Amino acid sequence: MRAAVGKARRRPRPGRIALGAISALIFAFLILPLVVVFPLSVSSAPYLEFPPPGLSWRWYENYFGDPVWIDATLRSLKIATSAMLLSLLVGTPLAFSLVRGRYPGRALLDRLAAAPMIVPAIIFSVAVYGLFAKLKLIGAWYGIALAHTVLALPFVVIVIGAGLRGFDEALEAAALGLGASRWQAVKRVTLPQIRPSLVSAALLAFVTSFDELVVAMFLAGSEMTLPKKMFDNIRMEIDPTIAAVSVLQIALIALAVLIAQRFGRGALEVK
Amino acid sequence: MSASSVAALPLLPKIAALRVRRERALAALGLPALLLLALIFAFPVLRLLGLSLEGGSLEWYGKALGEGLYLEVFWITFRIAALVTLLALLLGYPLAYFLATTTRFWTTLGFIFVILPLWTSVLVRTYAWMVLLGRNGVVNRILLELGLAREPLPLLYNELGVVIGMVHVLIPYMVLPIYSALKRLDPSLAQAAEGLGAPASRIFLRIVLPLTLDGVFAGAILVFVLSLGFFITPALLGGGRVIMIAVLIEQQVRETLDWSFAGALSAVLLAATIAIYGLAQRARRHGAEPPP
Amino acid sequence: MTRDDASTGLALAGIRKAFGPVKALDGVDLSVEPGELLTILGPSGSGKTTLLKVVAGFEFPEAGSVRLGGEDLTLAPPAKRDMGMVFQNYALFPHMTARENIAFPLEMRRLQRREIEGRVQEAFELVDLAGLETRLPRQLSGGQQQRVALARAIVFNPRLLLLDEPFGALDRKLREAMQLEVRRLQKRLAVTTLFITHDQEEALVLSDRIAVMNCGRIEQVARPREIYERPANAFVADFVGESNLLFGTVAGVREGLLELALADGLKLLAAGEVPQGARVGALVRPEHVSLANGSASANSFEGEVLETVYTGTSQKYRVRLANGTALLARVPAAAALASPATGERVSLAIAPALVHLFRDG
Repeated sequence: MRAAVGKARRRPRPGRIALGAISALIFAFLILPLVVVFPLSVSSAPYLEFPPPGLSWRWYENYFGDPVWIDATLRSLKIATSAMLLSLLVGTPLAFSLVRGRYPGRALLDRLAAAPMIVPAIIFSVAVYGLFAKLKLIGAWYGIALAHTVLALPFVVIVIGAGLRGFDEALEAAALGLGASRWQAVKRVTLPQIRPSLVSAALLAFVTSFDELVVAMFLAGSEMTLPKKMFDNIRMEIDPTIAAVSVLQIALIALAVLIAQRFGRGALEVK
Repeated sequence: MSASSVAALPLLPKIAALRVRRERALAALGLPALLLLALIFAFPVLRLLGLSLEGGSLEWYGKALGEGLYLEVFWITFRIAALVTLLALLLGYPLAYFLATTTRFWTTLGFIFVILPLWTSVLVRTYAWMVLLGRNGVVNRILLELGLAREPLPLLYNELGVVIGMVHVLIPYMVLPIYSALKRLDPSLAQAAEGLGAPASRIFLRIVLPLTLDGVFAGAILVFVLSLGFFITPALLGGGRVIMIAVLIEQQVRETLDWSFAGALSAVLLAATIAIYGLAQRARRHGAEPPP
Repeated sequence: MTRDDASTGLALAGIRKAFGPVKALDGVDLSVEPGELLTILGPSGSGKTTLLKVVAGFEFPEAGSVRLGGEDLTLAPPAKRDMGMVFQNYALFPHMTARENIAFPLEMRRLQRREIEGRVQEAFELVDLAGLETRLPRQLSGGQQQRVALARAIVFNPRLLLLDEPFGALDRKLREAMQLEVRRLQKRLAVTTLFITHDQEEALVLSDRIAVMNCGRIEQVARPREIYERPANAFVADFVGESNLLFGTVAGVREGLLELALADGLKLLAAGEVPQGARVGALVRPEHVSLANGSASANSFEGEVLETVYTGTSQKYRVRLANGTALLARVPAAAALASPATGERVSLAIAPALVHLFRDG
C-alpha cells in the first residue's frame, strides 16, 4: 500500500508489476467489446466476420437510409428526453422532500422511491405490460416514457439527494435573511449550487431511457424504440448494421457526457 | 404537555404549528412522485403478483417450485449468478486494488476503462460479445490462427458465453464498492505492518482483505442480485438454450400467455431478491456492531 | 443611507429556549438603543449564537418576545424582519459576483434596476471595494469577502444589523483593521447593531455597550469601561481581562475602609459599602498590583516570583505570597527597569481604592 499516495518514485516491486499486468489484462477485457464494434461497422462483409475483409460505409448508409431505423431512433430520442425532463421535474422536489423532511411516512416514501432499482426489470416490465395492455396503451410513446421515468427516478433522487446533502444550508439561510422567500432562495441559490448534480441526474435519466430495452420490448408494440429494433435485428438477422448503430450510440453517449461535463462544471470550480 | 409547562412556555404550540406547516409543505413536494410510483409502479407490480394467486389457490407456486423443469431453471439461474459473482470478484478485486493504489494518472485512466462500459448500453455490449464469441468470431479466429485450437470452440449460445457476457457487464458494480472500501483504509496500517517486517502477501491477507470485506460483501450482493434478474445477456448470448428466470418469465408472457404462472415466477424472483438484500442488511449491521 | 428614527430599537424580553434538557436561553432580557452597537460577549456554549438566531428568525423562542421598533417579530420569518446579517463564514453566494451578491437583497425587494445599480455602487464605495464588482467570492481575499458580506447586509438599509463573530477567520492585523472599519461604518449609518463575539478585547474596542452572557443568561450589561473596572460578579470579572479574584467576608471596618478576611488567611483593605459579615468577591486587576520597594502601603505583601512573562508592552509577574495565594502583577515594560527574576523575593502593594468588590452568593 506504499503507493497509496502515489508520491514515491521508486523501482516497482515484482508484486506491483504483476498487479499492473493482471490489471492491464482485465482492462483489455473490459474495453474489448467496445473496441470491436468500430472496425466491424465499416466492414464490407455482409455477415459477422472478423477481421473485416474490406472497408465500406454501407452499414451506416443502411442505417441512415432506412426510415424504420431513423424512426426508431427519433422515437427513442423523444422518449428519452421526455423521461429525462419528467424524472427531473418529479425527482427534484422528491429529493428535497426526502432529504429535508421529517414527516411520518418519509422512510416509506424513501423505500418506495428506491424500489424500481431493486425490483428486477423483467418483473416491472411484465407488470406494466399487463396493465398497459388492459388500458390499450401499448405502442404509445408516452406510456414508455412514463415507465422509463419510473426506472430513472431512483437514480435521479440518489444523485440530487447527494448534491443536496453536500450543500451548505447556511447559504439558503442567508438568502432568507436577505428577504427571499423559500422558493426564491431555492431557485436563486440552492439549485444553481447543485447544478452538477442536476446535470448528472439528467444525463443518467436520459441514458437509462435511451438504452432501455426490457420495458420497451413489451410496451413498444410495432412502434419500436431503437434498442427494441436492435434487439429484433440481432435475434433475426445479424448483419453489421447493428455494429454501425452501436458505434453511433456510443458516440451519442460520449457526446452527452461531454455536454454534461461542460454544464456541470460551470457551477463552481472550488477544487 | 401539562398546563403549567405550556403557561411557562407559551410559544410552544405556535412553534409546533409552524413546524407542522413546514413538514406538510415538504411532504407535499413528494406527492407527484408518490402518485407516479403508486400508479405506474406499485399498482402494476402488485397486480401481477396478485395474478399468481388466481382462483385463490397456490397452484401456480406449486408448479413453479414443484415441477422439475422449473426447478431446473431456478437452479441454473442460481448457479450462473453464483459463478458470475465469483468471477467478478476474482477479476474485480485486483482491478480495484490497482486503481486504489496507483498514481492519479493511471487511476483516472483506469476509471475511464471501468466507467465507459457502464455508460454504453447492455445491448451493445452483449452484441459485441456475440461478435467476439461466435464460431467465426474474433476469439475463435485468434485461437485458430495461433494454433491453440483445432476447431472453433463453442463459446456462444451456451452457459459459458452467458457467464462471460454477464461478468463483463457486472465487473464495474464489483469494482466500485471495493475501491471505496480500499480508499477508506488507513494507509498507516499497512505501513506499520511493513515496518514490522510483514511480507506483502501477509499484509494483504491479514490486514487489507479483512478490512475491505464490507466492500467485497456489498459488491458481491449487488452483482449476485443483478445476475438473478438479468434478461438481455442470457437471452441473446444464450440463444434460447440458457433459460434463466427472467428469460422464462418473458416466455410465459409473450409466448405461452400464462400470466398467472408468470406472476408466480415473478413473486419467487422478487422474494429471493428482497430476501438476499434483507439478509445483507442484517449481516452488515451485525458486522458493524462492536463485540460485547 | 442613514436611519435614526426610533423604529430601530431592539427589545428582547423573557426569551427562553431549550434544546432537549439543555437550556440555551434561560430568560434573556435585553434592549438595544436605536443606532447603538451592543456586543454580546460570552464563551462557547453561553447561548449567544442561539440568541442571535432567535433575533434573526432562524430559531423561535419558547417564551418571550422580540420587538423591533415596537413591532413584535418573535415568530416572523427571517425574510420579513428587515435585518442585515453577516455570518461567521460570510455565506457569500459562490456562483454570484460581488455585485450580484450585494444586489440580491435589493432584487428580493423588487427595486428598479436603476435604483439597484445606484445603491450597489454606493455600498461598494462605503466598504472601500470599488473595482472588484465582477469578481467571484473565491477570487477575493478573506478581508474582501468580509466587506462584500458587510455591504450585502447594509445595502438595503436594514433596521438592525447582526454580526456573528465575523472576524474569526482573519489574522490579527486584518481583524483589528476590520474592527475599526465596522465601527466607522456603523456610526456613519447609525444602524442599530448587535455584535456577537467571544473575544473580549474585540468587545471592548467596538461596543457602545457590552452584554456579558453565560449559560443562557445575561450577567451584566454596561459600557465597556464599567464592565472592565466594575464587573458585577465573578464570571464577568474573570472572563473580561485578566484578574486576581479573591473570595471571603467583610470582617470589619478600619479607618473608613473595609477589612476583608479572604481565603487562606489573606487580609485586604478595600473601599466600599458592604455590610459587615457579607460574603464578597474582591477583584484586583493585575495592572493595579504594583511592585513596591519596601515602602509602607495600606495593602502590602511579601512574596516569591514564580514566573515572569514578557508581552512586549508589559511585564507580568506571578507571585506567591506567604499564605500560598498567587497574585498576578502587570507592569508596563518601560517602567520595569529593575525587573525581578524568577525565585526572587518582591513586595507587592495594592491601593484599597483599586479593589473592586461584588457580592458573592
